Amino acid sequence: MAIKEHRLIFKNIDVEGYTNDIACYEKNGGYADLKKAIGMKPEEICSEVMDSGVRGRGGAGFPAGMKWKFLDRKSGKPIYLVCNADESEPGTFKDRQIIHKDPHQLIEGMMIAAYAIQAKLAFIYIRGEFFEGARILERAIEEAREKGYLGDDILGSGYSCDILIHRGAGAYICGEETGLIESLEGKRPYPRIKPPYFPAALGLYQCPTIVNNVETLCDVKHVVNMGGKAFSEIGTPGNTGTRIWCVSGHVQKPGYYEFPCAALTLGELIYDVCGGLLPGRSLKAVIPGGSSSKVLRADERFTGKLKDGSEFDWGIEDIPMDFDSLMAAGSMSGSGGVIVMDDTTDMVEALANINSFYAHESCGQCTPCREGVQWMKKVTGRMSRGEARMEDVELLRSIAGQIEGRTICAFGEAASWPVQSFLAKFNDEFVAKAKQQAERNAGSEAPQALETTLI
Amino acid sequence: MAILNDENLAKVDKLVPKYPEKRSATLPLLHLIQEEHGYISNEAVEWVAERLDLSPINVYEVVTFYPMFKQKPGGKYAVKVCRTLSCALGGAYKTCKAFEEALGCGLDQTSEDKLASLEFVECHANCGRAPVVMVDEQMFEGVDENGARKLVEKMREGTL
Amino acid sequence: MSADAKAETITINVDGVDREVPKGANLIDAIEQLGEEIPHYCYHPKLSVVGNCRMCLVELGMPMRDRATGEPVLDDDGVQKIGWMPKPGIACSTTVAPGMHIKTKSQVVKDCRNGVMEFLLLNHPLDCPICDQAGECRLQEFATDYGRGYSRYTEAKNVKPKRTRIGPRIMLDDERCILCSRCIRFSKEIANDDVLGFIDRGSYSTLTTYPGKQLENNYSLNTVDICPVGALTSTDFRFKMRVWFLKAVPSICTESSVGANTEVWSREGKIYRITPRRNDAVNDTWMTDSGRALYKQVEADNRLRAYQVDGKASSFDAAIAAAIAQMKQGKTAVVASARASLEEQFLLSQMVEATAAVRVDMVSHYGDGDHLLLSEDRTPNLRGALLTGLINDLPDARLDGLGKAIDAGEVDTLFVVHEDLAAAGLTDAQIAKVKVIYAGIEENSSSANAKVSFPLLTVFEKEGSFVNQNFRVQKFHNAIPAPRGVVYDLHLLETLRAHMVGESPTRPTVPAVWELMAQKITCLHGLDFRGLGDLGVGVDAGRFASLPFVESKNLKHDPEKRSKLGVEAGATA
Ligand SMILES: Cc1cc2nc3c(=O)[nH]c(=O)nc-3n(C[C@H](O)[C@H](O)[C@H](O)COP(=O)(O)O)c2cc1C
Ligand code: SF4
Ligand code: SF4
Ligand code: SF4
Ligand code: FES
Ligand code: FES
Repeated sequence: MAIKEHRLIFKNIDVEGYTNDIACYEKNGGYADLKKAIGMKPEEICSEVMDSGVRGRGGAGFPAGMKWKFLDRKSGKPIYLVCNADESEPGTFKDRQIIHKDPHQLIEGMMIAAYAIQAKLAFIYIRGEFFEGARILERAIEEAREKGYLGDDILGSGYSCDILIHRGAGAYICGEETGLIESLEGKRPYPRIKPPYFPAALGLYQCPTIVNNVETLCDVKHVVNMGGKAFSEIGTPGNTGTRIWCVSGHVQKPGYYEFPCAALTLGELIYDVCGGLLPGRSLKAVIPGGSSSKVLRADERFTGKLKDGSEFDWGIEDIPMDFDSLMAAGSMSGSGGVIVMDDTTDMVEALANINSFYAHESCGQCTPCREGVQWMKKVTGRMSRGEARMEDVELLRSIAGQIEGRTICAFGEAASWPVQSFLAKFNDEFVAKAKQQAERNAGSEAPQALETTLI
Repeated sequence: MAILNDENLAKVDKLVPKYPEKRSATLPLLHLIQEEHGYISNEAVEWVAERLDLSPINVYEVVTFYPMFKQKPGGKYAVKVCRTLSCALGGAYKTCKAFEEALGCGLDQTSEDKLASLEFVECHANCGRAPVVMVDEQMFEGVDENGARKLVEKMREGTL
Repeated sequence: MSADAKAETITINVDGVDREVPKGANLIDAIEQLGEEIPHYCYHPKLSVVGNCRMCLVELGMPMRDRATGEPVLDDDGVQKIGWMPKPGIACSTTVAPGMHIKTKSQVVKDCRNGVMEFLLLNHPLDCPICDQAGECRLQEFATDYGRGYSRYTEAKNVKPKRTRIGPRIMLDDERCILCSRCIRFSKEIANDDVLGFIDRGSYSTLTTYPGKQLENNYSLNTVDICPVGALTSTDFRFKMRVWFLKAVPSICTESSVGANTEVWSREGKIYRITPRRNDAVNDTWMTDSGRALYKQVEADNRLRAYQVDGKASSFDAAIAAAIAQMKQGKTAVVASARASLEEQFLLSQMVEATAAVRVDMVSHYGDGDHLLLSEDRTPNLRGALLTGLINDLPDARLDGLGKAIDAGEVDTLFVVHEDLAAAGLTDAQIAKVKVIYAGIEENSSSANAKVSFPLLTVFEKEGSFVNQNFRVQKFHNAIPAPRGVVYDLHLLETLRAHMVGESPTRPTVPAVWELMAQKITCLHGLDFRGLGDLGVGVDAGRFASLPFVESKNLKHDPEKRSKLGVEAGATA
């Protein structure tokens, strides 16, 4: 295995002897970047972040510098910073590691960001199931307060800002930033319509608000540390910094691995880094960016033109792991959750499993998602149980098409993309299921529930 | 029955003013109640509403949205098996069957001896260690069928 | 006179045609004003916008400009290109902007509507034959326009509570609910009574009240009006009558000086319901529950139904003769009513002149206001009595002045419109001292002691106008026929007046009375009955503007602003 990890965010994660208390963090150079930041003008930090090109790690990949620039600073209303620690995208497990094992890195990143946007108050919205994580963060915040890194008059600068931990209670939709804001306001986490409720102008309590992912906020710390330009030199233009790839599913060594953007291909990640598939198995499919991203088929060819005009012709193993390349391959890097499936996987069941997730998590606010996602779940569930009909494939395609692009929030896409891509790429398997059943029915046997493993 | 013990009441009094708007304290208050009693009764809903100057329906809407909030008491332990794709690929459905057999109850049920309530949950952000199971606040990784049976044994023995 | 100023307009392009629309308008409203419709469920012009039904999706575009230079981007023909949004957008959260392009009839838009309709019908019961909403159901309506005609849904439908009584007047069927949240937003934003909410999530989301709480405020029936489907129905109206058999007549609520605009729904002379009619200057789209129940007075047990002389039923002519004979004896005092229409008050004022009445009194009917659409003044037309000169000052709750005059022997005959003399504070002795001629809808202490009684008509049985708390003159129309043998109130008053002065009575019509009124009453100059339109006309309160009226601030009334406005307007008049 030739490829070595380049750990920036995860530098101290799982390192022998590294503990999550402030003493250990400071011993390893912690909070030096906050001190540096406090000595800078807030605008300077913002422009460093802009120069760094760092894109959001929460899923959408929107440049953080740009997001901060859109912040409405003239409203006269208080500005809020919210760290999105809801980490609920299936296949993603990086933020939890940071929270558990290096919480001060997040707090430092947050305080730098808070200072840069001149936030009045900051929140960490952490998913409810992270009981331990919330306790660790509470303690870390108290430690940081004692040292003057947060709270009143931070490091004697005159700037004050506190962090409040706010726990969710088991809802994926609280990861969507406006759903999160509603949840933080104590309401049902119904995502808001945009326009007009862009958080940068009308966010928490209708005040300008920045929502960033845990990893993104950690990146901010490193941007201040090395300067925006140096940060932008990690990775490739437009795909700067490192990404933490969370690999799960049918590989020998699942886990989290940090690399500069585009430093390795999907094939290298699976075979060299994760030790490949189990003995005797072969690769069937990969979902590269959390369950909402479109699935890639092992024997597909990916061709087209990149942004710079160069043409590409990749097999699945050749796809460079970065934002733009995965986009070019018709999927996305999303939250970095790489789910690997080998040839034993029944794709109908796999999709049924995914649909079940989205049907459970739809907030139910808007018609297409509320009704359509549940319908898709029922159809794939029925197919998995051995009650498939020939028209189901076309029906699923049509339902997904009636959801995508017509909902209040991006959950609609998150739920329809898996269906669309599974059908596009594994059409034969879906049709075969239906045929099999048709034949069985012709033999006049009553439909029988099948033994399933994924649903 | 008091809605919260004195220690938790003191926490509430500290917590509420921290938020720019009181209503934001809805989730934290509900968590305290859920943690103290294992479920959230209608009296508790009304208490939270009163404390935060809300209508009870405002709180009720929230309680019923989130699966972590229960409206009825469950077993001594709450067993939550992750069923999402990565865990399913790792055998979560078999793990769940093993729990069902060992506890003698189905999904979304509580075992007859009130030892444990069993439910499926969605991805717990630890997919690299599939299948993942949470028992109360503790997370267990790589829980196969055997692991499930052992966990139930430990619950029975009270050594978990 | 304050005619609504013509709003500034801008040009937008709708399906390829340039159209003028009011600046700053909501796109759905703007299109409606053009006489077309963007189908919608959750949007309501008087509630916050949530965009949850997705029925109003349209294609939206703006003329393209170069990002750097700001110059228009032109196509080959030199026409500015339109930058269409990649995804359809909801019209309900869109404010019109100059140059905006929208497509409401494209295939994409049709697909969107078909999709939403199919989704909404998945879990919807097939209840139309037994559903009160049938005939005015938006779901039923659009299903014909956008439905697939057959169902692709073969899975089991969700089961939800049916027939839940969520308040004294409201029934909820959750299976019919399309989760548009209009009723929730109304309760929160307008009625200020947060009792409704959604519980559970996803496709199991269910509308409910908090266990043990009811939707029982005095505005609860508005939720029935705005529910686009038959999920919320009125227990009063439920199953009584199919709406398509009913005819609706515009009317005015008489409950208080707010003068909510209404529609009265009847069939064959029987009223089945009253609903609010939109008037943005008066009641938006709302009214009270109590106001809706007022039609019950038509068939009330205590309704005065016959002409009576000395407690015995008589003919109209005999009653007139008896009344005239009594009044001709002189020393007649009049108790006027703020419940009478402006036209009736005007004719009464003429009758007052004709009888050379010794005094005119009026009784106030005040109660607690709710700061919304029930004002403190529980009569519809106190202002009318001022404009017609029947009174010059605000009335009291008691007729003490009149009582003293009776004691002093100044009054022999009392002509009373609507009022209950005992309730207004006259003692039995005082009542016994005079001869009472009573004209009213109800039997009361006045009719019980009357020498002559004339039955009057309810607001539903005649036409006319009232002047509301903001000096807005609003007309109501005849919804059902008068009880057999009872003449119009105007006819009665004119007959009495004419006989007093020895003229032969005419049969006055409301428009004819208006011709006279418009000449005699300064602030009505230039107006006629027809010209009041469906929404009424605000008139100059003149010197009355500064009277200490009892109404406090409510939905469309601000006493401070009102008196300032009035004083200014009065000064310029
Ligand atoms: C359905 C849905 C779920 C999401 N879940 C998460 C999440 O769990 N964590 C997260 O950071 N972002 C999540 N996002 C993305 C957020 O909306 C938001 O874009 C992100 O927090 C912004 O931070 P970033 O710019 O730093 O990525 C989700 C988005 C959607 C549509
Ligand atoms: S798309 Fe789904 S999750 Fe998003 S608002 Fe609509 S119903 Fe809720
Ligand atoms: S709500 Fe409308 S569509 Fe539904 S049953 Fe009633 S009339 Fe029919
Ligand atoms: S009851 Fe009617 S108004 Fe209320 S949410 Fe349901 S459909 Fe909408
Ligand atoms: S799928 Fe089970 S923890 Fe992510
Ligand atoms: S009217 Fe419901 S989304 Fe616009």
